Order: sequence, then C-alpha cells, then structure tokens
Amino acid sequence: MTATHNFGTSPIRAASTADTFKAALYVTTATVNAATTVYSSTNEVSGTGYTAGGITVTNATAPSSTNTSATAGVGYWTPSGNLVYSTVTLTTAFDTVLIYNSSQSNAAVSVHTFGAQTITAGTFTLTMPTNTTTSALLRLSTT
Amino acid sequence: MIITTTKGEMDDSLLEKREGSIDNDIELTTWVEYYHEGELVHRSAHVTLKTSPFTNLVAASMA
Repeated sequence: MTATHNFGTSPIRAASTADTFKAALYVTTATVNAATTVYSSTNEVSGTGYTAGGITVTNATAPSSTNTSATAGVGYWTPSGNLVYSTVTLTTAFDTVLIYNSSQSNAAVSVHTFGAQTITAGTFTLTMPTNTTTSALLRLSTT
Repeated sequence: MIITTTKGEMDDSLLEKREGSIDNDIELTTWVEYYHEGELVHRSAHVTLKTSPFTNLVAASMA
C-alpha cells in the first residue's frame, strides 16, 4: 500500500508525500472491472457540476497493517472522508466508482460497484466504511 | 427547508417528497426525490459500500 500506491509517507521514494487519489464515476454500460489498470474518460459520467476525472479522495490516514515479518496479517486503508459529489445532475445511470492514483500515471487502485443511480440537482455520496481489518475499503491479506 | 432543484431553490412545502432505500450484501443505499407538479426536480443518493468486489492494488506491498 505504500509502494506503487503511496497512501502514506513512509516509503523512500523521490517524493516523500502521499500520492493524490481521485474517484471517477462510470455509467452502467462502462466496462470497468478488475482488469482495469488505468483511469479513462471513456464512459465516465458527464453532467452539470461533474468534472471529468472525478473528485480528489481525502487521504489523511496512512494505511495500517497487522502483519509482522513473522506473522500473517491484514493491510488496510480507507479514505478519511466520504466521496461527495455535490450539486450535480447526472441523468445517465451510473453504477461504478474507480479510485485511481493521479500521482502515478492515473493507475487504477480499486473498482467498486453499486446499484444504478441518477442524480438530479442533488448530491451523490459514497459513505466510506469503518477503517478496520474487516471493513476497510481496501484490505490485503498477507501470508 | 430550502431544496436545490432544477428550477432553482424551492421551499419543500411546494414539493412532494419520496424516499427509498436498498440494503443488501454490497451496499446500503438511501435516496430522496422531490417532485414539483409531477416533475422530478431533485434527486440525491447516499451509498455505503459493504464490500470491495474488485480491488486491484498493483504491485502494492505492506507498509
């Protein structure tokens, strides 16, 4: 979680700050899945109040891990704020959000799907789960 | 309460409010809609994700 994607500040790289992550929404006809490796504007939602590329993910909490060099564990991370698209009109149904790393050539991080939605002069909120080993948005088991 | 609509700011007393929700293994979602004279003028939705079906951490490692 702090190699290609640097959610925290501990890795030794050219940059000592955490990367910037963004969240883009996609319409129901888009093919965005586990095979997606990079952000694309193809089939991204468009509408009043929405900027191509999506919104910046609030990342004030570095990833955590329970593993040690001798024992297995879980590495986990959750954005520190909900994903909020305020005062937008998105009339084409969408059902997917792609979280990607805009600091690393827009490399894909994760894809999350939900029931199709439209928004009319309103707010779309993706509420983040509690950041624990069992409920964090991103969880990696180690062996 | 003032509601942002496709027709500008409107008092909710002028609007018909409809709400709904879905709760399954993937998400807990609620939405609210406001109608003015039968026309949808506002819709907001709030999704709480429960699972991460497609997580692809490329070349990631534990911190």
